[in-house]
Amino acid sequence: MDWSRRKFLAAASAAGVVPSLLPGSAGAQTPKRGGTLRTIINPEPPSLITALNVQFPVQVVGSKIYQGLLRYDFNLKPYPCLAKSWTISPDGRVYTFTLQDKVTWHDGEPFSADDVVFSAGKMLPETHPRWRISSDRLESVKALDPHTVQFTLKQPFSAFISTFLSFGCPMYPKHIYDGKDYRTNPANSTPIGTGPFKLKEWKRGSFIHLVRNDNYWDPGKPYLDEIIYDVVPDSAQRVAAIETGRTDLVQNNDIEYFDVPRLKQQKNLVFTTKGNEVVSPIAWMDINLRLPKFQDKRFRKAMMHAIDRQFIVDKLYFGLGKVANGPVASTTLFYDEKVLVKYPYDPKKAIELMDEMGLKPDAKGVRQRVNVLALPYGEVWTRQAELVKQQFGKVGIEVTIETTDSAGWFQRDSNWEFELSFNFVGQFMDPAIGVARVYLSSNIRKGVLATNVEGYINPKIDDLFARGATAPNAEEAQKIYSEIQHILSDDVPVLYLTELQFPTFYNSAFHDVVVNSDGTLGDFDGAWKAT
Amino acid sequence: MTGVLARVAFVSRRLVKAIVVIFAIIVLNFFLVRMTPGDPALVIAGEAGAADQKFMDDLRHEFGLDQPLWKQLAVYLGHVAQGDLGFSYRQRLPVTQLIADRLPQTLLLTGTAMAIALALGIAFGTMAAMYAGRMADTMITVLALLVFATPSFWLGLMAILLFSVKLDWLPLFGMATVDSGLHGLALAADIGRHLILPAVTLGLFFVAIYARLTRAAMLEVRELDFVRTARAKGLGERRVVVRHILRNALLPVVSYAGLQAGYLVGGAVLIETVFAWPGIGRLAYEAVVGRDYTVLLGVLIITSIMVIAFNALTDIVYVLVDPRIGSTG
Repeated sequence: MDWSRRKFLAAASAAGVVPSLLPGSAGAQTPKRGGTLRTIINPEPPSLITALNVQFPVQVVGSKIYQGLLRYDFNLKPYPCLAKSWTISPDGRVYTFTLQDKVTWHDGEPFSADDVVFSAGKMLPETHPRWRISSDRLESVKALDPHTVQFTLKQPFSAFISTFLSFGCPMYPKHIYDGKDYRTNPANSTPIGTGPFKLKEWKRGSFIHLVRNDNYWDPGKPYLDEIIYDVVPDSAQRVAAIETGRTDLVQNNDIEYFDVPRLKQQKNLVFTTKGNEVVSPIAWMDINLRLPKFQDKRFRKAMMHAIDRQFIVDKLYFGLGKVANGPVASTTLFYDEKVLVKYPYDPKKAIELMDEMGLKPDAKGVRQRVNVLALPYGEVWTRQAELVKQQFGKVGIEVTIETTDSAGWFQRDSNWEFELSFNFVGQFMDPAIGVARVYLSSNIRKGVLATNVEGYINPKIDDLFARGATAPNAEEAQKIYSEIQHILSDDVPVLYLTELQFPTFYNSAFHDVVVNSDGTLGDFDGAWKAT
Repeated sequence: MTGVLARVAFVSRRLVKAIVVIFAIIVLNFFLVRMTPGDPALVIAGEAGAADQKFMDDLRHEFGLDQPLWKQLAVYLGHVAQGDLGFSYRQRLPVTQLIADRLPQTLLLTGTAMAIALALGIAFGTMAAMYAGRMADTMITVLALLVFATPSFWLGLMAILLFSVKLDWLPLFGMATVDSGLHGLALAADIGRHLILPAVTLGLFFVAIYARLTRAAMLEVRELDFVRTARAKGLGERRVVVRHILRNALLPVVSYAGLQAGYLVGGAVLIETVFAWPGIGRLAYEAVVGRDYTVLLGVLIITSIMVIAFNALTDIVYVLVDPRIGSTG
């Protein structure tokens, strides 16, 4: 699991119920200037430099300071941020971006094409693992003039346009970072971005205080005067804070799922799960396919039938999220429900499949024994492990639950020291970015998380993903990704569980908090408070 | 002259012992934290949800984790000898700075808690002893037992629900109002309001202990001959209790308080977490979760130095409370 997902997701989910800033939305009210947004950050980020640290909490706060060239609406269609327009050459290899006119860095220096070339062509390829998926395919990045940047790819990569969000390719000032050691640059403690908010004070362990950037490039914005992120490590405290109005916004994993139904009743709070579309994590159990007992596909299917996944959504997530049936989330590009092989909860079917394999119960009624590595991410994951133990037990699969802390989980999952392992992985808009990495045989890398840890090898799938990434157009790509979804949902290389959603609650005095698929990872330049 | 020499010899012996203890603590903890699964690079990559081999290799190289373990230990010991506790992998700040930022806040919290605990504990203990076997004694004893048996984080949560959520008298979390612009007394009052709940919650547990200790010791002392003598001399009851009984009954309380002082730095993790108090306990806990070895070792070193210092302090307080110890030892 990439942690990312969890946090990301979490973060991402926050969301917008009132997307009035989006193109075509119906926000009737006029935004007002002024006001403070008080919210929560948990856990406390180690730094705010999103180029050097891609952890989720870093993005939550850093996204207000550092921006990308594009934003993405709830349907993942790109729209302008630092780039006001762009063109893609017919052969799909040349992307030309025109930048906004009057953008300055927080220190007053102008933002120009040179900064884009530096960030995307030099700094981020060194430091940013998510951008490397794109930069590895780059032939060149050039500034054509101070407001025009041209990216040339070695070969077409249709997912490229989906990688310019602030937490995929954030812009960093060349005049501060070029020629210096990125990681030890003293400027890392005084972030200089183009975003609508600037860092005023960070009292470690207590709060991060952002204030309005008065020279922001989008006239009239931002509307809020300040944003205060309180560091609140205890979840009971976070619930109390939103319930009593001492905080205005909770997001990501701030709230435990069992508190969601209660908070939903509270009239002065807006609830949403939107803003989760970019990350769209899917929870599953990694299967260590190297072990003989998992190599018969019928056993993997039997396990799928043995788990009541709707129960997980309804009772453990209190209705948030949905059952996942395949490798692509329903909120990710190229999702195709029609082709999926589905596995309704059916213990009888599970038993039939095992009978057919000749997997007979022993004297104690046990057909097979498996170890399940639980995720150390709180209540909801512990309960899932217990549920699986119980439901597998009903069909004669005896489960031993293994527990560890998060570092221990990272170690064991990435080094293949598991039989079944709960996990969740972010999708990042295009299957070429977030999905392929889990199934490509070329991405079996011991010690690296969010790779093909299950050891799945299928030349057909390798070939399809390669073709999907370089497909010349969307129709072609859709055909390829549909085939992939059919094959993987039939093959069950991991046990698909649920699509995760994270609850966002905010004080109804605030508007336009979650306006796109970034959710609370957006820059909040359009968020405002009614008086 | 020999007295001074003896004292110098004594102090230097203690000092050498302290250094050996700290050295042992470093080496032991160094290997202990390395035996836990995972490392900081893996945690950072894991929390990022995006990682490739290069990302982790870069981090491990930067942190020096690609060096042989003995070499890392040697480098670390060399730095510590020069007073340098190293650099936090996660936060990219010097460990000394991180600890210096957090330590005063923890000392404020635990110091206040300890003061509350001592004052209330001794007062209640004395009362219980004076009314031994009667209603007041029973009530204090039962209450003390109850508080002692209740997890302090639960007490904290309940206190929050009552005083912050329902009654809205006190702040919910944190240590001061953000950007309040307050100075001097007003700032102190603001911090005080934030301090009440966590300090009382943390202190209550020890109130129970001190009350029981004081009560037991006083019951024992008051049967002794010198107390009877004091009464026979015609001293007032108040003077007998305070000067003769209580003072002699305090020794076990002082011993225990000396032990508790060790917790002053590291023992408040739960309370710091529940009340979002920016202290060193949370720093240490987060360092464990993030496998931020240098921060964890730094906290352990500072903690052990404090414990050693407090032990020395306890010895001095002993002498003040009971002059017999000084004259014989």
